[in-house]
Amino acid sequence: MSAPSPWHHYLPRLGLYLGIGALLLAVSVGLPHVLNAYLIQILVLAACNIVLAVGLNLINGVAGQFSIGHAGFMALGAYVTAWLSVTYGKRWLGAFDGQAVEPVLVAAYLVVLMPIGGLTAALGGLLVGLPSLRLRGDYLAIATLGFGEIIRVLLLNLEAVGGATGLRGIPQCSSLFLVLGAAVVAVAVMRNLGGSVHGRSLLAIREDETAAEALGIDCAHAKTSAFVIGAFFAGVAGCLYAHYTQFIHPRSFDFMKSIELVLIVVLGGGSLRNVVLAAIAITLLPEGLRLVKDMAHLSFDPRMVIYSALLIAVMLIRRERVLQAVAPRRKGGESAA
Amino acid sequence: MSFGGLIAVDDLSLEVQPRELVSLIGPNGAGKTTVFNAITGVYPLARGVIRLEGAALSGLPPHRVAHQGVGRTFQNIRLFRGLTVLDNLRAAMHQGGDYDLIRAAFRSRRWAATEARLEARARDLLNVFGLGARAEELAGSLPYGEQRRLEIVRALATEPRLLLLDEPAAGMNPAETQRLMELIRSLIERFSLTILLIEHDMKLVMGVSDRVVVLNYGREIARGTPEQIAHDPAVIEAYLGEPTH
Repeated sequence: MSAPSPWHHYLPRLGLYLGIGALLLAVSVGLPHVLNAYLIQILVLAACNIVLAVGLNLINGVAGQFSIGHAGFMALGAYVTAWLSVTYGKRWLGAFDGQAVEPVLVAAYLVVLMPIGGLTAALGGLLVGLPSLRLRGDYLAIATLGFGEIIRVLLLNLEAVGGATGLRGIPQCSSLFLVLGAAVVAVAVMRNLGGSVHGRSLLAIREDETAAEALGIDCAHAKTSAFVIGAFFAGVAGCLYAHYTQFIHPRSFDFMKSIELVLIVVLGGGSLRNVVLAAIAITLLPEGLRLVKDMAHLSFDPRMVIYSALLIAVMLIRRERVLQAVAPRRKGGESAA
Repeated sequence: MSFGGLIAVDDLSLEVQPRELVSLIGPNGAGKTTVFNAITGVYPLARGVIRLEGAALSGLPPHRVAHQGVGRTFQNIRLFRGLTVLDNLRAAMHQGGDYDLIRAAFRSRRWAATEARLEARARDLLNVFGLGARAEELAGSLPYGEQRRLEIVRALATEPRLLLLDEPAAGMNPAETQRLMELIRSLIERFSLTILLIEHDMKLVMGVSDRVVVLNYGREIARGTPEQIAHDPAVIEAYLGEPTH
C-alpha cells in the first residue's frame, strides 16, 4: 500500500485551517460590534473553560484517572506568564508608556507566551503524574487535590507575585481571536489523539489497566503523558485568562474552580462535543445565578448548591456513563495486581 | 514464587518447545494462574528465572514481557468492554504505531498510513475468527462465547510467540468447547505459536495437549502425555482424594 502524496494529504487540510482561521478572525472582529463587553467577556471565559475542560477530559474522561486539582495547573500557567509580562513583557511591548502597540505584535507576543505557560504547567503535570503511577482512584484524587491546594497556598504567600493582594497590571494581550483559536486547536488536538494509538492506549487503561499492561501498554508512561498534556492545555488557558482579565488572584484557582472543571467533564460524559457544550453551559450558569441571587436577595453564592444538585442529578440519570468517566474500574479477580 | 511466608508455587521447572502446546492442570488453588502471573511479570519471582528463547523475562514489568512476545488471556474475561471490538484489537496493536504524539495530534501523513494499515490488519484478524461483522459493536455487548474468542484474538494482535490461555473454555457448552479446540489447534499452525493452557475441561486438555503438567498445592505432581496423565495414580488421587479400602 502506497501512501498518498504529501500534497494530496496536506493541501485540503491547509485550506481547511486557513478557512477556520479566517472564520475565527471574522467572528472575533465582528462580534464586539454586536455584543457588549460583558457578553464578550463571558465568551472569552467559556473558551478558556473549553481549553481547560478538554485537557481534564483527557485525564479523567479518557484515561479514567481522577484528578481534582486541575485549577492548580491553570494557576501555574497564569502566574508564570503574568509575572513575565509584568516584569519584562510590558516594557518590551511599550505598553508602559501608553503607546498604541501593533495588535499583530501583541498577538505574536502572546503566541510565544502561551507555550511557556503550557510547559510550566506540564512540568507540574509531570510532578503529579508520577505519583499517579502508584495511586489509584480515591488516593490519586486526594493527591491531586493536595497539589492544587499547595500551589494556591504558595502563591498566596509569594510576595513576588502579589501574594494575597493578587497580581495586577497584567497587559491585556488576549483577544477573542486568540482565545477562540486556542479552544479550536485544543478540541481538534484532543479529537485527533482519540483516533491514535496514544488515545486508544489511554482508553484501554480506563477500561482495564491489568489487561492493557498485559497487551504491552506502558500504563505508567501513558498515564503520565495524559497528565502532562492535560496540564499543558491548562497552562495555556491560564495564560490566556490572565492576559484577558489583567488581574489574577490565588482565589481564582481554588478548589471551586477544579470542581467546576470536574463537573464539566462529568456532564460531558466522555464525549468531546458534550464536554464543549457543558463548558459553555457551566460558564453561563453563574452569570444566570447572579441574576437570581440579586433578585432573591440571597446572602450566599448559590453556585455550590447548584453544582452539587447537578452532580447528584447526573449521577442518578446517567450513572453508568458517569462511573465510566470518573472512576477507574475496580474489578476483582485473582490476577488483579 | 511466594507471598510473604506462603510459598504459592515451588520448584517448578518447565521447558516448552516451539509450537508445542503444554497444559497446566490441577485442582483449584494449585497455583496455575500464579504460574501465568509469574511469567507475565504481574508477580515477581522469589527465586529462579524465566526465559523466552534465551532472553530473560523474569524481572521485567508486565508490558515489557508482552513486548518480548508473550500474550495472554484472563480467567475472568478482561476485555475493554466500553470500546468497540475493532478498538479492542487496535488498542492491542499500539506497538505498530510508528508515529509520535505530535504526528497524532496533527494527523500527519504517516499517521494516516499507519492507521490504515492497523485497521486493515485488525479487520483481517476479526474476519479470520468470524468476528468481522461485530467490528463496530461494543465488546461488552457480545455473547459470552464471542467475548472469550475476542480475548484470544486481542492477544494475537500483539503478535506473540508464546500465548498463555487461562481457562478459555470456562462457561462454554460442549459444542462451543469443540469449536474452541479446533481453533486452538489451528492457531499453532497459522501463527506458529507456542501455547501454555490452563483448563479444567479434561476433554479439551486431552484433545489438544502435546504434554500435560499437573500441579497440586503449588508443586508439580506429574507430567507427561495426556494418556500417561490420565492413568497416573498421583493425579487421580489429587482429583478424587485418597483411595479408601
